[in-house]
Amino acid sequence: MLLRHTPDTVAERTALTINPAKTCQPIGAMYAALGINRCLPHSHGSQGCCAYHRSTLTRHYKEPVMAGTSSFTEGSSVFGGQANLLQAINNIFAIYEPEVIAVHTTCLSETIGDDITQIIAKAREENKIPKGKYVIHANTPSYVGSHVTGFANMVKGMVDYFAAADGRKENRINIIPGYVEPADMEEIKRIASDMGISTIMFPDTSNVLNGPQTGRYAMFPAGGVTVADLIRTGGSMGTVALGRLASGLAARTLDAKCKVPCEILDLPIGLMATDRFIDTLRQIAGVSVPDSLNIERGRLLDVMTDMHQYFFGRTAALAGDPDQLISLTEFLVSVDMWPIHIVTGTPGKKFESRIKEITKEVPHPVNVKATGDLFLLHQWIKNEPVDLLIGNTYMKYIARDEDIPLVRFGFPILDRIGHIYFPTIGYRGGLRLLEKILDALLDRQDRDAPEESFELVM
Amino acid sequence: MSEVLDTISPKPSALQPMAVKKELLERYPTKVARKRARQIIINEVGPDCSVPEIQSNVRTIPGIITQRGCTYAGCKGVVLGPTRDIVNITHGPIGCGFYSWLTRRNQTKPNGPTDHNFMTYCFSTDMQDEQIIFGGEKKLRQAIQEAYDILKPKAIAIFSTCPVGLIGDDVHAVAREMKEKLGINVFAFSCEGYKGVSQSAGHHIANNGIFTHVVGLDDTVSEGKFKINLLGEYNIGGDAFEIERLFKDCGLTLISTFSGNSSYDYFTNSHTADLNLIMCHRSINYVAEMMETKFGIPWIKINFIGASATAKSLRKIAAYFEDAELAARVEEVIAREMPAVEEVRAEVKTRCAGKRAMLFVGGSRAHHYQELFREIGMEIVSAGYEFAHRDDYEGRRVLPNIKVDADSRNIEELHVEPDPNRYKVRISPEQIDRLEKTGLRLKDYDGMMAEMPNGTLVIDDISQFETEKLIEIFRPDIVCAGIKEKYAIQKSGTPMKQLHSYDTGGPYAAFKGAINFYREIDRMVNSKVWKYLKAPWQEHPELAATYVWE
Repeated sequence: MLLRHTPDTVAERTALTINPAKTCQPIGAMYAALGINRCLPHSHGSQGCCAYHRSTLTRHYKEPVMAGTSSFTEGSSVFGGQANLLQAINNIFAIYEPEVIAVHTTCLSETIGDDITQIIAKAREENKIPKGKYVIHANTPSYVGSHVTGFANMVKGMVDYFAAADGRKENRINIIPGYVEPADMEEIKRIASDMGISTIMFPDTSNVLNGPQTGRYAMFPAGGVTVADLIRTGGSMGTVALGRLASGLAARTLDAKCKVPCEILDLPIGLMATDRFIDTLRQIAGVSVPDSLNIERGRLLDVMTDMHQYFFGRTAALAGDPDQLISLTEFLVSVDMWPIHIVTGTPGKKFESRIKEITKEVPHPVNVKATGDLFLLHQWIKNEPVDLLIGNTYMKYIARDEDIPLVRFGFPILDRIGHIYFPTIGYRGGLRLLEKILDALLDRQDRDAPEESFELVM
Repeated sequence: MSEVLDTISPKPSALQPMAVKKELLERYPTKVARKRARQIIINEVGPDCSVPEIQSNVRTIPGIITQRGCTYAGCKGVVLGPTRDIVNITHGPIGCGFYSWLTRRNQTKPNGPTDHNFMTYCFSTDMQDEQIIFGGEKKLRQAIQEAYDILKPKAIAIFSTCPVGLIGDDVHAVAREMKEKLGINVFAFSCEGYKGVSQSAGHHIANNGIFTHVVGLDDTVSEGKFKINLLGEYNIGGDAFEIERLFKDCGLTLISTFSGNSSYDYFTNSHTADLNLIMCHRSINYVAEMMETKFGIPWIKINFIGASATAKSLRKIAAYFEDAELAARVEEVIAREMPAVEEVRAEVKTRCAGKRAMLFVGGSRAHHYQELFREIGMEIVSAGYEFAHRDDYEGRRVLPNIKVDADSRNIEELHVEPDPNRYKVRISPEQIDRLEKTGLRLKDYDGMMAEMPNGTLVIDDISQFETEKLIEIFRPDIVCAGIKEKYAIQKSGTPMKQLHSYDTGGPYAAFKGAINFYREIDRMVNSKVWKYLKAPWQEHPELAATYVWE
């Protein structure tokens, strides 16, 4: 047993987190910043934070992830990090020539209280920021929220620094895609484009973190939202924000700053959430939904009806980020699966009430916890085993110990590929998710079937 | 850059190390260039094995994209991480604990189903802003209690992250208090990330902590004639398993490995060994030094990376014990293992000889792996360490000349004295003399530069920019570095082998490991996949399209 010390008995823990289902803010901020064209994320703190975040993102995406660090030592921790950040800004523009440096703080620089706004102003005064280049920032203390909060804060930073309004409105919609994969961002753009809607999506990590092999390394790949577009977001007709936690903050900030009204929706994972997304786009853009999307929807629905017998009543345990889990749970419930153990590490009471609402017709008690961890999830599973696990790579230990199939979904996925190339959002993404779930369930059925019941046709 | 790489020679400037160095420095602002110039050295080995001075173990320049990590990573991640039966609690916000959770591929094999193994777990106090404001000691105390209640471990270690040092939580007092209360060993490490200039400071802090709180707690003397410890072997990809197999076959008794496939109990008993073997000099020479002073255990530098290095190291161990039977057994083992190695080596060499490698990794690995590459006829055009000190490059002879700077002074230096009861002379001054005459030097390490050809570039704390430049200039057939560098290098069309975590490969230690490595490098530098970088229409863009069948 790999997790041999996890007992069945659930004892309340108030201080010790074991096997977390979240990580810290700065990595989310780094990921978001990579979705700006020609942007180098910069970690203001000890260099270990930057190394850890780059390593984890690299392992998940299997792509280069570059970022600078202020490389604090003991002195900077005592006297403040201003000198380090000024020096870093100077060096980064001289050596790597980005268009934007996106600074995020760490628990260290937050605790000593470095005022990044002031330091950036000083850098500008001292001509350390070349003409036409930008330094933006987000406060991302690691002891608040989670990586999702960090993502949200950096996206808000993009609005704070760039979005501008001159009173004119253009026929265009901003889309904040949420903390999703590059493939998902690509898919969201495709859906909008199929509907004939002009959009600006930010951040946009497609073609940054799923780049092609060309034999030529470019520190700043072709992808990412451009600064020009970020500025223009203030003149869009409206904003559609996907995922309340990851995208809501920036959408509301943009509304307050530039009077761009926003709709905050669930991540379009599964049939119903995708329906709501497309219907919202249709209504605010005043377009009709093209047949191509109706066909995609019909195909997803076809699999949901054709294979219903395999989904019905199957239990699942889920761990991940709140925005993902809310839509994923709704999707599973829509095919009559029973997600009965659900944890996220990200704090927030709304999560629990939303999940309870979504699962209220599941004919089985549902365990749900925000600020939970995988240790607790495992204990629930020991007490009430399930047919399927859905979550990140760290769930493979539970999967092996309890002999339950695992569908990898969320962050980080360190041991499989696919997540950066194939979307799980939209109708096509839903189809892929269902295929993965079916594969897992049917592979298990094949494995466990006695010889006389081993079926060719399923 | 993107052409078929192995048919292309390095640019002419590669033959002129001064020109390469100049090219590396050109882009930098003056102050940065001045500093980097002292960390980029053109190797020159003198007749007495003297080498040029290199600046190392100095602060990373802010804004430079570095390979380095932090003190916490060195302490919790590297040294304590691979020990399976200590509950390692990270005291801090969730990130640090999360990132150091199972990411180093330290394999471990508990003795049975009831043996403790906490390595698959990540324990954290997950500090919230409330603890940052009001202090985190209460939560830490409670976390230790909860860990004890659920897991009943023999030992609990606490690791401080950046904010803990700033808000002034006294983790050591909490450890003492909980040790008293629970009756198990509880000890803490002040390994905040901002201390020191790299993970190296964390190794030092970890070694001090293990030595103070763990080593020497159990005086049981194991049976066995030749008792050794293996220091600085982290069992990445199963390296230690392979070395353990060899030791057993040679008749050596391994008391403890620091720290791969390691256990708390083995640490407590490690002072009963008669010889310490140092693999990774950088991360652990401190423990060997302190064990020699306190208990009288001599140490030698060994290297089990590379087949001939392994044979040499085994012979060194046999020479130390001056036992004919052991020497014969060692020869038997070498003779038994070598034919298989030679066979693969000869085959692989036909395809790899003359190819070029660069290594930028670790604080010993960039040296050790050169052996393996040389064995298959490959050339090392440039190498350097991520977190080494001058002695790792230039050899321990420079130790007296190393000036201790403010960052190193922040790391506690333990004052160690001979233990009145347990200090035991293992080897007499006459024996030492005799051994030295045969070439077996105790307490010594020549460093990396002495074994590198003249004119090669030795680069400390290489930056992303320099890595890119070097690839452009040297057009190496393979680069060895870590995960953060991997895909940028591969996107340039150059295969990249991780030597921190081995990617998914290993073991690479000892004889069977050497075979694995030859095969892996052969696969990588001769792989077909790098030849498809250009589509046919990109190779001959001047052709106009016509329908040829019309």
